[in-house]
Formats: sequence, structure tokens, C-alpha cells
Amino acid sequence: MSDVQVPEIMRQGKIAPWLYVAPALLIMTAFIVYPGLNTFLLSFRNADGTLPAAAACVEGEPCWGILENYRYALTAPIMLNAFRNNLLWVVLMVGGTVGLGLLIAVLADRVKYEALAKAIIFTPMAISFVGAGIIWKFVYAYGTGQVQIGLLNAIVTALGGEPVSWLSEPAFNNFALILVGVWMWTGFCMTILSASLKSVPTEILEAARVDGATEWRVFWKVMVPIIMPTIAVVVTTMVINVLKIFDIVYVMTGGNYGTEVIANRMYGEMYINHQSGRSAAIAVILILLTIPFMIWNVRRFRAQEAIR
Amino acid sequence: MSIDRIKMMLGKLPTHLALICLCLVWLVPTVGLLVTSFRPFQDINETGWWTAFAPRKEAGQDVYEKYLAPYYGSDGKAVEGVDLFDPELVGQFRRSIALTVFLREQMEAGKVQLEEMPDAQETKDLLTYLRRVSGAEGAASRPRFTVDNYIDAVMGYRGRASYRADCAEGEQALDLNCNISDLMNPRGMGRAFVNSLLVAIPCTILPILFAAFAGYAFSWLHFPGRMGLFALLVGLQIVPLQMTLIPVSRVYAQLGLNGTFLGIWLFHTGFGLPYAIYLMRNFIGSLPREIFESAYLDGMSHWTVFYKLALPLSMPALASLAIFQFLWIWNDLLVALVFLGGQRPVLTYQISNMVSSLGAGWHLLTAAAFVSMALPMIVFFSLQRFFVRGMLAGAVKG
Repeated sequence: MSDVQVPEIMRQGKIAPWLYVAPALLIMTAFIVYPGLNTFLLSFRNADGTLPAAAACVEGEPCWGILENYRYALTAPIMLNAFRNNLLWVVLMVGGTVGLGLLIAVLADRVKYEALAKAIIFTPMAISFVGAGIIWKFVYAYGTGQVQIGLLNAIVTALGGEPVSWLSEPAFNNFALILVGVWMWTGFCMTILSASLKSVPTEILEAARVDGATEWRVFWKVMVPIIMPTIAVVVTTMVINVLKIFDIVYVMTGGNYGTEVIANRMYGEMYINHQSGRSAAIAVILILLTIPFMIWNVRRFRAQEAIR
Repeated sequence: MSIDRIKMMLGKLPTHLALICLCLVWLVPTVGLLVTSFRPFQDINETGWWTAFAPRKEAGQDVYEKYLAPYYGSDGKAVEGVDLFDPELVGQFRRSIALTVFLREQMEAGKVQLEEMPDAQETKDLLTYLRRVSGAEGAASRPRFTVDNYIDAVMGYRGRASYRADCAEGEQALDLNCNISDLMNPRGMGRAFVNSLLVAIPCTILPILFAAFAGYAFSWLHFPGRMGLFALLVGLQIVPLQMTLIPVSRVYAQLGLNGTFLGIWLFHTGFGLPYAIYLMRNFIGSLPREIFESAYLDGMSHWTVFYKLALPLSMPALASLAIFQFLWIWNDLLVALVFLGGQRPVLTYQISNMVSSLGAGWHLLTAAAFVSMALPMIVFFSLQRFFVRGMLAGAVKG
């Protein structure tokens, strides 16, 4: 941004602006920038940070020298599994929350009990991951005997099926966890998309309907293009959130039974395996993955600045 | 009613159905947990929570009706001198074999003529049934719903019965005194609730205050590198919290801040700021430019403009940010785990501790979960307006 766009009136001395920014700047430097950089450096060191990463190399096995921790983070089977799971999370959870959020926003717009319906969908946002974890562990509860106290298995057995251990069965457990994520975050997407839908001018919608367009066409050809910028915001925000997903997996399965995700591996390497170098390398990779989405958000911000 | 209106209603039917189904799916898991938290713990593992409102089916009732009801009657009193529903009599049958022996004696004495004797499993069910209806086990008087789970969770009771029952009998668990001081038992949810408040309130106020300052400067004051610095600070949102835990806790160990409230206040303030600044800048920045221009032209100082104009006008954003931040801190587990741990347990820590140490103690887990959800839900529903408005200021206008 060039100075040309800044009006003269906004020049309020040289020091004053910095005083406003100073508290935030200091605390963020101390608690995000410094430890973040420290961790970045640690990613090139060995397990306890005392030697360069290459020290962990073993003769005769592949070694990336100073990037040894990155070799582990990008090639170890458990990490590949985590990357695959994270991809699954991003695709299904972002798709699920944004899709369902949009669907509910559109549906709720047409009924009289809109506020109630939206409040119900939004409520999980107020609940902690720990609380949601307990709620859903109870839904997924698996009884070995006759009685199923978990709702899902009760439904399955009532329909004549065999009860399933949802959280330890590799065919289901990732989907079971993602469902919890969708349950928690759809309200967020719905609220933002709903507000955006309401800002679509009714004249345009009426005009399209008078011209004989079906509701389906009105939705795809009129509404969606108009709210596209908002959809983009919601998608980027959700992608960044989902890439960092940690608590649901930590509380519900602890990453066992093949449900590892990247952030969970990062925690595990740090606090269980005491491999701070590897953990740091994973953290750096996680940040690199989110950078494209961050740039997108900044661009949008600049566009707004220009039209103000 | 005109045909058009009927057509319109029918046309809306799929909308209603789809929406109501979705709402039910969203609601049912939570309702299940809420119902469970009020059920006696003996019931929780025996029957699904959805049966809690249905008529109770006593195990063994059908066996009784098949074998004994024709002779002893549905009230167990039909035979002179033998009352099967008498707790004293039933109390004598310690094992089901005793009941079999008793029934044999009854037959030999000629009091009844059973066509066939119930088999071993049936006798067992029969005894369970007699125990329940006679009240020999106290089970017949067991209520359908109870608040005992909540009392046990708040007090941190870990025994086999319930806090109230134990205290009524004068038996105290290890760390409980059966008086008001139990509310502050370090293992209980009551103490954790207070700790959560002590963490959440300062952690809400501090970052919002600092973010309001910064948001104002980034919007309406000019200084070199403004945009770059803003992008950088907001960009810090992507730094995962886990990435900073180790260096910070090392520094804290040197300063003696581990396990203190001050340590966690500062840390949360740091991590709350990127989003708070983003939101505040977007909100203050979207206020009409004319207001600020004319205020500066009138000779108001930047400070006066800040606290007389920017701050009051951004009240909705401040309120919504406060709710966001409060919920986030209240619901956080990881930071509390690392920086406070068991020294000053907060609600989420206490619950996750219960999950690992108690296994499937659903009656305590469900009650504890709802204790932790109560406040955020109240905050959320009473201030929802601000919450939604602020979220939109951050995302739609931005």
C-alpha cells in the first residue's frame, strides 16, 4: 500500500501510533514470534536440541543431513498416514461444514422458526472439545454384550446389524471423528453464509423468479455467484482450522487405531517421544501448508482497503 | 384456504422436513448426555438413555408371571402365610439356589403345585425381580432421575455409592468432610469451576484491550510499514499453539511462572491477539471515514478520537470478541494442561483426568461435562446477538 492513498489527516505524529501498537507487539513478540523462531531453529537440531539434526543419521540408511527431521516428517510411514488422514479431514470437514452450513442457511431462510433452528445448529460452538468428545464417545459407545447404550449401535442393532466399535475400527474411525468436527463447526459456516445470503438484494432474486427461473437455478446462478467472496472466506478459514485439528483426535482416540493427524503427531513427538527436533519440523511443515491460504486472505484484505 | 396456499405449503414440506431432521441430528447427542447425567448410575449401563422415559420393564417379571403368578398372585400374597414380596423373606435368599430350595419345600408342603421348576437362569432373574419389587435391595425405590451425579461430580466423590448416601451413613470418603468445605475439594468440579473463571476473565479482558489499541492504529493512524506489520501480526494466526509451548515453558521454568495464573494469562493474551487485532481492525476500519476525518479536522487528538469515537462505536465488536475469547479460554485444554496442570486444575483438565482415571464412569463424566458446559451456554445464548454480529464483522465485511 502506497502513501498516496493515506490522507494527510491520518498523520498523527511519529511516536503516537507506535504507542497504540506497542502492547500487542511486545506480547506477540514474546509469546509467538520468539518461541516460533526458536522452534524453527530446533527443527534443524537433534532430539534434545544439543546437536545438528544430522547427528541422528545412521550409517547405511537414508539421510538428509541438516534436514534429517524433515526426512522423518515427510517419509516416515506414520507421518504419511497422518498426511493422508489430514487430507481426508480437510476435504470432508471443509466440504461438510460449508455444504451443510449453506444448505441450512438457505433452508432456514424460508421458515418462521429460523432463529431457533440456527441456535440449535450453532450450540456445539459453545461446547469444549472435551465436552463434545464425551458427548460423541457416548453416541459411539460399543457394548460387547446384548445391551447397547450407545445410540448409534442401538440403531444399528435395531436394524438387524452387528454392533461396531466405531472408534477403533479403521474402516470407520476417521469418519466418526470427522463427523464430530462437522457437528461442531457447521454452525460457524452457517452463520456467516446466512448473513451473506440476506444481503443478496431481493429485487435480483424476484427478477430471476419472474423470468421463470427455478429455485434451483436461482440458487446456483444468482445467489452463489453473489456470495462467492464470503464462501471463499469461510473455506479459507475452515481449511486453516482443519489443518491444525488436534483436540478431537486427542480426546477421542489419542491418535490410536490409525487416526493420527499432523498436529497430533507434532504433540506426540514432543511430549511422548521427546523428539523436539522432529516435532518442530512437523510444525514448520504445518505452517508451510497454511501459507497459501493466508496469502489469499491478505489479498482480500488489500482489495477492501482499496475500495474503502 | 385457497389452492395456491395449499400448494405453497406442500411445496415447503421438503424444506421443513430436511431442516427439522438436521436440527434433530444436531440436538440428539447433547440431549442423550443431558438425560444420562440425571439417571441413577445403576441404570446407565443397563439401558439406553432413550428408554429413561418409557415404562420400566423389570427383568424377571415375565418369568414371575409365567411360573409363580398363577399360585402366589400378581401381588405375591395369594398363598396364606407366604408373602413373596416381603423384603424379610426375600432377604433370606442370598443365592438363587436358596430360592429353588424354598420353592421345592413349598411344593413338598403341598402349598403350591408348580407344573415345572424354572431353570437356573430363570431363577436368577426371578430373584432379581423379587429383590427389586420387595425392596430388599432398595432398588424398587430407586428414582428414575436424580441429581446425585451432579453432587458427586461437584464434590469430587469417587466412591461406590453416592456422596449423599455415604454422608448420611456417616461414612466419609478419604478427602471429603461432608460439609461446605467439600465444594473446594481439589478433585471436584466446584474448585475447577472457580479456577476456570480465574483464568478466563483476565484472559478475555487483556487481549481485547490491546487489540482495540492496535486495531485503531492500523485503521486510522498513519505510520510507516502499517500494512506490512498488520499482515504480519494477523499472519501469526497460523502459528500453531503447540509450536510455542516448549520454548515458553522453558522460559517460565526459569522465571518460576509454571503453574501460576500470571503465566497462563500472558500466554493466552499473546495467542488471542492475532485474531482480535484482525477483527478489531476490520470493524474500526469499516466505520465511516467521514466521522474520523471531521473529528481530526475539528482538532481532536488521536487519543480523544480513540476513546470518544472508536471505542464506543466498536462496542458490538468488543462484546462479540469478548464472548469468542471467553469461550475459547474456557474450553481450552492443552494450554491449561501444560501451564497449570494439576496444581490449579480447570474444568477441562478435571474432566479429561476423569476420562483416563475412571474409564467408563458415565454418570460422573456426563454430569461433569454439563457442569463445564453450563456457563458457556448461558453466556452464548444471552449474548448471541453480539457473537454473531462480531463474527460477521470479521468475516463478511473483511
